[in-house]
Formats: sequence, structure tokens, C-alpha cells
Amino acid sequence: MSNEIKQAEEAISEIEDLYDTDYEIGQDNIEKWGFDIHAPVFPTSAALIVLFVVGSLMFPESAKVGLEATRNWIQDVFDWMFLSAGNFFVLFCLLLIVLPVGKIRLGGEDAVPDFSVVSWFAMLFAAGMGIGLMFWSVAEPVGYFTEWFGTPLNTPGFTEESRSAAMGATMYHWGLHPWAIYGVVALSLAFFSFNKGLPLTIRSTFYPLLGDRVWGWPGHVIDTIAVLATIFGLATSLGLGAQQAASGFSFLFDIEGGLRTQVIVIVGVTAVALVSVVRGIDGGVKLLSNLNMIFALLLLVFVIFAGSLGGFFTNLGRTVSGYVEYILPLSNPMGREDDTFYHSWTIFFWAWWISWSPFVGMFIARVSRGRTIRQFLTAVLIVPVVFTSVWMSAFGGNGIDQAANGIGELADGIGDSTLALFQMLTHLPLTSITSFLAICLVLVFFVTSSDSGSLVIDSITSGGKTDAPVTQRVFWATAQGVIAAVLLMVGGSAALQALQAGAVSMGLPFTLILIAMCVSLSRGLYHERRLMQYNEILQQ
Amino acid sequence: MYNKIMVPVDLEHVEKLEKALQTASELAKSYDVPVCYVAVTGGVPNRVAPSPEKFEVELNMFAREQADKYGVETECKSVHSTDVAVELDDKLLEAIEDVGADLVVMASHIPGVADKLHLISSNAAYMVKHSDVSILVVR
Repeated sequence: MSNEIKQAEEAISEIEDLYDTDYEIGQDNIEKWGFDIHAPVFPTSAALIVLFVVGSLMFPESAKVGLEATRNWIQDVFDWMFLSAGNFFVLFCLLLIVLPVGKIRLGGEDAVPDFSVVSWFAMLFAAGMGIGLMFWSVAEPVGYFTEWFGTPLNTPGFTEESRSAAMGATMYHWGLHPWAIYGVVALSLAFFSFNKGLPLTIRSTFYPLLGDRVWGWPGHVIDTIAVLATIFGLATSLGLGAQQAASGFSFLFDIEGGLRTQVIVIVGVTAVALVSVVRGIDGGVKLLSNLNMIFALLLLVFVIFAGSLGGFFTNLGRTVSGYVEYILPLSNPMGREDDTFYHSWTIFFWAWWISWSPFVGMFIARVSRGRTIRQFLTAVLIVPVVFTSVWMSAFGGNGIDQAANGIGELADGIGDSTLALFQMLTHLPLTSITSFLAICLVLVFFVTSSDSGSLVIDSITSGGKTDAPVTQRVFWATAQGVIAAVLLMVGGSAALQALQAGAVSMGLPFTLILIAMCVSLSRGLYHERRLMQYNEILQQ
Repeated sequence: MYNKIMVPVDLEHVEKLEKALQTASELAKSYDVPVCYVAVTGGVPNRVAPSPEKFEVELNMFAREQADKYGVETECKSVHSTDVAVELDDKLLEAIEDVGADLVVMASHIPGVADKLHLISSNAAYMVKHSDVSILVVR
């Protein structure tokens, strides 16, 4: 018996040695003038940001052509890789839910969650998903049904078959796959930080593979790419989103939707984001996420009842059966003939989700301490899929019903995709109230994105410190607003689209980074599981 | 005159606290009251400790060291926060009541350019403004 104990003790110290690093969090940081920043990640990122912004302002058209060509090339050549990686991440996450490692608690046996289940769930949507659900829930399914821009597997539009194909394909893009991508990153960060005591920054997830080298240049590169993808993803979304919001305003209230309104939207969103940043997680992003969840639920219930309750259940049936029917054929990278749909929708979305994964993943990690891996992945994968099914069935289903029955603008197909939601709401009662509510939801989701983004970028650029001065988060939130406004005012849409294409192109290196992350995480979880087993032996 | 002295500590920068720690200990000795060290920490690993549980162990050790060094009775309290950078001031204010302190001795940074521009806030100034117990700011 004592021999067994000795062996267990040896094995435990062997595993613990693997994660025993001399690196101290913040040791590479510069603390001056009230700042606490990592060198070289902060200065390098800042310099590259300025370089890219100035470059795209000086040559907006050629930057757009060049970066969009890069993005398209990546999406054409590596389509199979994006799709296969996405499938792999879903299987990986589902496997972790059922395997015994699911019992591991993030933060250790005794860790207690910081946030209630409801607030936690609300915050999952705050970072990256909320805005998309608002803008695409009507436009995407109606687009497939009306043959706007490619259809899934070339299913002919305006048919009963195309209804379930449209709903199924939309769910495919917003369901398990994106959340699995976010889940992999979030879980890796949470595990290596909360359980292994490594700094909360992307590089830490590679410690089992690279050892102490992650604190050197391989880590600097990974972290800097993550910062660039996040800030450009956020700033360009804010800029393009401001255009969408402005066109929404002009559609609804007859306000001129030109540059002035767009800049006012950016300034307004950034100002509220700054207040939210200064109020911290509890008083800022959590509060706004909870509010947004309540308003989103109100809007959802309204659309379900105002459309038609019977119609909603029919559509929910179509969504679920469509998802089940189409998930496998749409996940197949071989012999695809629906080129427009495959590349312009699926692969674009996959590159997009992956390029956003460091941002969304880290924010989810930050708020998930104290959950077991099983709880965590169930909440990050299954719950959003259920919620999104209901949401898409209500909004997209209603939109398709209107298009099929020749009601309103949607019957003529998608003209301006950003207006689809409002066009659908126009033909339900209480339009002015619901449209106003919808536009408020969109704006607040922009605020929570900006706020959570600042939190994430600050954590990466201060070497994993989360208690660095709030001034730094204020700096990053302001930077997003300034970049968006300057790009819009000087370079117009071309500059924004150029940098957005650049951000989405980061999806390629990050696909490889994410696959390596899965390997690294598997190693980490295997070690943790063995630690638990040996500790049980010792306790007996 | 006093029953308990609270000293907010940042275990990452103990070297900057030396004067405040000494002042608190000497006051504690002369009034024969205990010193309570309070630190605020989050769930994310920091330089001091990889988890809040281990942080508490570090803080306990620190309190014992201080007791040995100055020969005063010490205790400590580790306060949890989800966002330390933002909540520090308010958590410290709450801690004054929780530990039942009636005197706070705390270190302050030397005001510099950043303060003039209102870039950083002074924790000590906030405490003085919002607490009704006595606060001794050590520079």
C-alpha cells in the first residue's frame, strides 16, 4: 500500500513539474505614468495598428483590392481546412462533455462561480454573437429562400424544401460550429489560467507544447496577432455597423443617414462603452448584457405571438428538422457544387468566427471560473443552439412566411440585407415600438462588444494581468471608436472593408493555432485527470 | 482610542508599503490593538498567487511575518472581486466595516503627471472622501 502512495506522490510531483514555470505574471511589463503594459506586445501591436490604419487611409482602394484578394484566396484555397477544422472542433467539444475529464472544475475543486447562471448566459452573447443575431436572423434565411446570393446545396428557392434548407443552413452557421470554435479557445484559456496558474493571455494555452518558450517570441507573435484580429475586427464592425444603424435610423425615422449620423452613432456607442468600461464587469458589461437579454426576450416573445403562434411552431419544426437533415451534407468539404453558398457564406462565416475566437473566447473564459468542463461546454454549446433555434425560427421563419406570401419588401427578395429585420417588423403590429427596440438592442450589443473587447485586448497587452489600471481599457475602447470614425470619414467604406478583410484573413493562422490549442488542451486535461486520480489514491 | 487598525496591502508591491506597515505597527503597539491586513484579489492568476485560495495563504503568511517582525497582534482578510482594477476602492470601504476597523493606515503613491491629468485615481483620496473612520495616508 505504501508503495502505491509513494508512486502516486512521485507521479503528482512529476506532473506538477511540467507546469512549474519561473515566469512571473507581469515580469516583462513596463510600469510607468500610471500604465502597466507588456513589452513588446503592447508597443508592437500599437505600432502595427497605426501602420495598417494609415496604410489603408492612404491607399484605400488598393488596400481593399489587396486585402480582399488575400481573404478570397485564403477562403478558396483553404476552404477544406476551415470546414474540416470546424467539424473537428464540434466533435472535440462534444467528446469532452461525455468523457470523464468533464468533471474537472475550472479554478479547482473548491472554486465558486463569480456570476449567476442567468448573467453568465447573457454575457455569452455580449461579446460577439448578439449583433449578428440581430442583423442576420431575417436576412440570411430569407436570402436563401429568395435565391439572393447562392442557396445551400443549390436547393431551388421559393419551395417547401427550400424553407427547411434555409432554416437548416442558417442554424448550421449559427449553431454548434461557431460555439465550438469559441468553446475551444475559451476552455483552453480558462483551464490553463484558472487551473494551472498561467497568465490569462492566448500564449499560455501553448505551455504544454512549447514550455517556457511561450514567454519568448512565439508567444509575442501569437498574442500580437490576437490583438490585431480583435481590434480590427471590432473597429471595422463598429464602422460598418454604424452605417447599418444609420440606414436603420433613416428607414425608421426619416433621419438623413449620411456620414454625420454614422459618426454620431460611433461617438455615442463609444461614449456609452467608456462609461461601461469604467464601471467594471459587474456594473458595466454584466448589467448591459442582462438588460439586453430581457429586451431581446421581449422582442422574441412579441415576434412569436404577433407573427402567428401556430406558424412559429411549424417553423421551429422546420428549423430543427432542417438542421438535423442538412448538418452533415453542409459539413462535407468534398465535391461541393454550391460554390457561391459554400464560399461566400459558410467559409466566410468560419473564417470570421475563427478570427473572432481569441476575443470572444477570452471574454467567455474570464467569466467562467467555477464551472465544471461539462457544465461549461454544455452551456457554451447546447444552450445557445437551443436559444438560437427559437430565435431564428421566430425571426427568420416570419421573414420567410412574409416572402412566401408576397407580403412587403421581403417578397421581392433581399435588397439591403441590413434592413431585412426592420422590413419584417414593419408588417407586424406596433412597428415603431419594436423597430426602436431592435435598434436599441443592436446599439447596446455594440457597446458590450466594445467593452468586452477592451477588457480582452487590455489583458493580452498587459501580459495576462487583469488588474492593470482601468485607464488602459479606456484607451482601447477609445482606440476602437477613433479607428472606426477615422476610417469612415477619411477612407469611407473601402478602408473599412479593406481592414475587415485583413481581420478575417487572420482566420487562417488562427485555424492552425486553434488546432494546436486542442492538442495542448488534451495534454493539459489528461494531466489534470491523472492528478485527480493520484490525489484520490492519496486521500484513501 | 482605537480598536483595530486596517492596512490595505498590495502584495505585489510590498517594498513600496514599508513605511505604512511600520507606522501601522507602531500605532498598534502604542494603543495595544491588532492590525488587520486587507488585500483584494480576483479569480485570474496574478503575480502573487495562481489562485485566490493560494493568495489567501500568501496573505496569511504575510500577516504572520509582520507579527514576528514588529511584535504586534495581526490578522488578515482577503476580499474577492470580479474586477479588481475597478472595484478596489469600494471593496476596501466594505472591508473597513467587515473587519471592524476604526483607523486605516495606507500608503499612497507620489502624485505625478498622471494625477494632474486625472489619468489615475488615488485610492487613498477615495477612501478619505467616502469613509467615516480616520484615515492616515503615509507618503
